[in-house]
Amino acid sequence: MPADIKITIIDRDGVSHAIDAPTDMNMNLMEVVRSYELAPEGTIGVCGGMAMCASCQCYVESDHELPEMSDDEDAMLAEAFYVEDNSRLGCQLHISEEMEGLKVRLAPES
Amino acid sequence: MIKTDILIIGAGPTGLFTVFEAGLLKLKCHLIDALPQPGGQCAEIYPKKPIYDIPAFPEVLAGDLVDNLMKQIEPFQPGFTLGERAQTIDKQEDGSFIVTTNKGTKHHAPVVAIAGGLGSFEPRKPPISNIASYEDKGVEYIIRDPELYRDKNVVIAGGGDSALDWSIFLADVASEVTLVHRRNEFRGALDSVEKVQDLKNQGKIKLITPAEVVEVIGEGAVSGVSIKQGAEVFTKDCDHFIPLFGLAPKLGPIADWGLEIEKNAIKVDNTLDYQTNIPGIYAIGDVNTYPGKLKLILCGFHEATLMCQSAFQRIFPDKRYVMKYTTVGGVTGFDGTKKEAPKAVVKAIE
Repeated sequence: MPADIKITIIDRDGVSHAIDAPTDMNMNLMEVVRSYELAPEGTIGVCGGMAMCASCQCYVESDHELPEMSDDEDAMLAEAFYVEDNSRLGCQLHISEEMEGLKVRLAPES
Repeated sequence: MIKTDILIIGAGPTGLFTVFEAGLLKLKCHLIDALPQPGGQCAEIYPKKPIYDIPAFPEVLAGDLVDNLMKQIEPFQPGFTLGERAQTIDKQEDGSFIVTTNKGTKHHAPVVAIAGGLGSFEPRKPPISNIASYEDKGVEYIIRDPELYRDKNVVIAGGGDSALDWSIFLADVASEVTLVHRRNEFRGALDSVEKVQDLKNQGKIKLITPAEVVEVIGEGAVSGVSIKQGAEVFTKDCDHFIPLFGLAPKLGPIADWGLEIEKNAIKVDNTLDYQTNIPGIYAIGDVNTYPGKLKLILCGFHEATLMCQSAFQRIFPDKRYVMKYTTVGGVTGFDGTKKEAPKAVVKAIE
């Protein structure tokens, strides 16, 4: 059975959470944040995970090699606010074993 | 004053299906929605995306689901107040409610069903520190009347369809149109992108990319904006700054109606009829919360169905009623149409 991975999520108040994320539940990072209630419902994953709202934007603070952005994600980030070079949409980051030790910070609500 | 039996706030799939279930009980519905078209998120955010978990529809596009719902409820002649946001609610002495929109349209009904999804869609405002003080003084997030910009110098920001479409439209209205976008690439419809390219070549639209508006300038009203391009920041004179970054849902004024709110949603009694803490006001679909809640269209349909039975009892406390199957009772519209199962033909064999 695939093991959970450890990831660190820094919430919008700056509090760091070390959590276990399953690799076998077809979950993305936005859903992991919601399942641990690290951001209030209604402020994250607003579009449901279609890369259409940027409410799950996060900054990748560890130097993991993450899957390349799709055109959808890239286009949404071109319209989002508070975007940095290390911005990604959590809903487009599918939890996999390669993400062991990943550290992300949630972008401000906008 | 618009009068109806059930006033539905939100014309998404749950709100639309409520019209059908209410219609079977001969209750009339009127819907209010902040968007100019019915369909809610399905129409506004993802009309071309497939949905796979509508029972008996292996696959249906969100836009088609809305079209089908509109067709299904047509016999029940729902009224619509579109492009207006439900703003205030006033309880009357007889227990009924008057709901007034941001444009002052009044609606009177004995039952209010909030099917508001994640809230009303409001323009996304860019985080420019001093922008709020210029709202309606040259900063507009929505273009309501293009004539406002006739012979004016306009700066538009954004890279999606609305930024492109309005840049094209205003190129013939305003004295000068400048489009600022953070990327060189635009994700709008291809023909809009090509049209903007044409207008740029003709000198009718100025493009500043990749760049960002970082400050609004002006004493009392907008007289220009600061634009950051690479390491350089420069001032661009203008009469209007129009940031067009799409829409995002906000619970909005409903949050101040005295309803019990939890997790940005309205608490309801899910053991009975999805009524809120205020009798006569129900909340159904994505806008409500209760233990085990799932934000699924199919759950919204179920909630709408149960809620209508309760609404009927509230409106007609003395009437006895049992639910009828449409296969048995057919569907009798308020428009005089009647749909029913064909009768079996009995013929003797001689």
